[in-house]
Amino acid sequence: MSKRTLRGKVAIAGVGETTYYRHGKSPVSEFKLALQAILAACEDAGIDPRRIDGFASYSNDRNEPSRLAAALGLPALRFSNMNWGGGGGGGSAAMGNAAAAVACGMANCVVVFRALAQGQFQRFGAAPPGGVAAGEAALNAPYGVMSPAQRYAMRAMRFLHENKIEPSAQRAIALASYHHAQSNPRAVMHGRPLTEEAYDQSRWIVEPWRLFDCCQENDGAAALIVVPAEEARDFKHKPAYILGSAQGSEYRNGARSHNAPLYATSSFTTVAPQLYDMAGVKPKDVDVVQSYENFTGGVLMSLVEHGFFAAEEANDFLTPANLMAPTGKLPLNTSGGNLAECYMHGLELQIEAVRQIRGASTAQVPKADVSMVISGPMVTPVSSMIFGTEATL
Amino acid sequence: MSYLPTYLPGGLPIPVPENDGLDKPYWDATRRGELVVQRCKKCGTFQWGPEWICHKCLSFDVDWHKVSGKGRIYSWERPWHPVHPALKEHGPYIVVLVELPDAGNVRMLGNLLGDPKQDVRIGADVQAVFEPHDDAKPPFTLVQWKLA
Repeated sequence: MSKRTLRGKVAIAGVGETTYYRHGKSPVSEFKLALQAILAACEDAGIDPRRIDGFASYSNDRNEPSRLAAALGLPALRFSNMNWGGGGGGGSAAMGNAAAAVACGMANCVVVFRALAQGQFQRFGAAPPGGVAAGEAALNAPYGVMSPAQRYAMRAMRFLHENKIEPSAQRAIALASYHHAQSNPRAVMHGRPLTEEAYDQSRWIVEPWRLFDCCQENDGAAALIVVPAEEARDFKHKPAYILGSAQGSEYRNGARSHNAPLYATSSFTTVAPQLYDMAGVKPKDVDVVQSYENFTGGVLMSLVEHGFFAAEEANDFLTPANLMAPTGKLPLNTSGGNLAECYMHGLELQIEAVRQIRGASTAQVPKADVSMVISGPMVTPVSSMIFGTEATL
Repeated sequence: MSYLPTYLPGGLPIPVPENDGLDKPYWDATRRGELVVQRCKKCGTFQWGPEWICHKCLSFDVDWHKVSGKGRIYSWERPWHPVHPALKEHGPYIVVLVELPDAGNVRMLGNLLGDPKQDVRIGADVQAVFEPHDDAKPPFTLVQWKLA
């Protein structure tokens, strides 16, 4: 029996995004942002939007496929899919779900999208006043553990402790994102460079994380179009093929009240090997990485769990020079990522990974044939994926 | 039961049992000044947080077991940025994740009592302390931790 795989079966035909705004600053509604990003992706692909026949998203996106299909006048909706789990853990999973639907013929042109307007809806990093807490929240909120930073800081604290990792390792991740944002006019932090001194002097959000270790919150929308590989050459841009996608988490990662047996983890210890196996590549083959920054400590653990260096090598490996395009050993978050381009729940990372394959990034890595995205560390499920050029097939 | 001032100010979310009753024995026990975790009657495995089934042997016969309250700091964090209106102007506080060596090293969350700016050592021994909130509606008791 031939190996069951997504490798080389689908490609990204188009990518699109709205203007990225600071949180609460979108001049239009969240649903209109979603529509704008989808139409931008169709324009980028050079297709009639009526060709879309499916939608995939994650993190309980509020913009339902049926409403989108009606608004866009689609002839038929053939696939609608939501990946469970909060945060950005489902970003690569939604791409994988869309890819699976296309690869097996359930649909032919699937949009993966995410839209956020936090003025219209609530922020992630703020808690509603008063009220009661039940279940997992009852074991956290009364102790002042409510925001994502507060929920995940203890995972990173344990990892930093076990592996004697210095603050400079987390700082390098923040500096790389801000550095790359300075060449990206789409980035919310374009024109606002970050120095080591400014990082070191920034206030604590929750130890071990300072202000610049934490993602922004933003308004906007992003979309990508997934099509069968046979059609991949019919569009305006060089195709980015999906080599692999994997999602999930290790043994009892979701045990309540912080009882995951492997606690100091970004949740990728079983997912990453599955991804590499499907993609048929090794860490040394990866030319450029976009790794979801909810918090820099999560990126650090993600890179370890994807095999780019061992935990005890983190202090030496994680320097700004190693993480910067075009010459770094492992160019990281080359659009500015969640920290400095836009917190579009990580879907902007998928777009940047495709732009690297096209040779169209604002911080282009030479000969980027293998381009990885890591989505949503420390939550569960998490997901990651790898794009490749035609040369990698 | 000795009365302590509360570690964090009032106005934070009030913990209530889940509407399926899963964790009600835990919250009832804290009101009596007892710390309980789940233990499987069939295979003896300790379990926390609560679940309807033993993750080890898949028995539904999971019981509640009183533990000593001895713990060891497994990880910690110090929030500074207030995300809840009740914490505005409050300043930093310490959250500890504590493992219970007498109960299969299950972990529990709480605040570390004392100076919120103190150095925290992973591995330090701690003891459970009960913090009643008798005026809350409904009243509840939190389990907190102090250095042993």
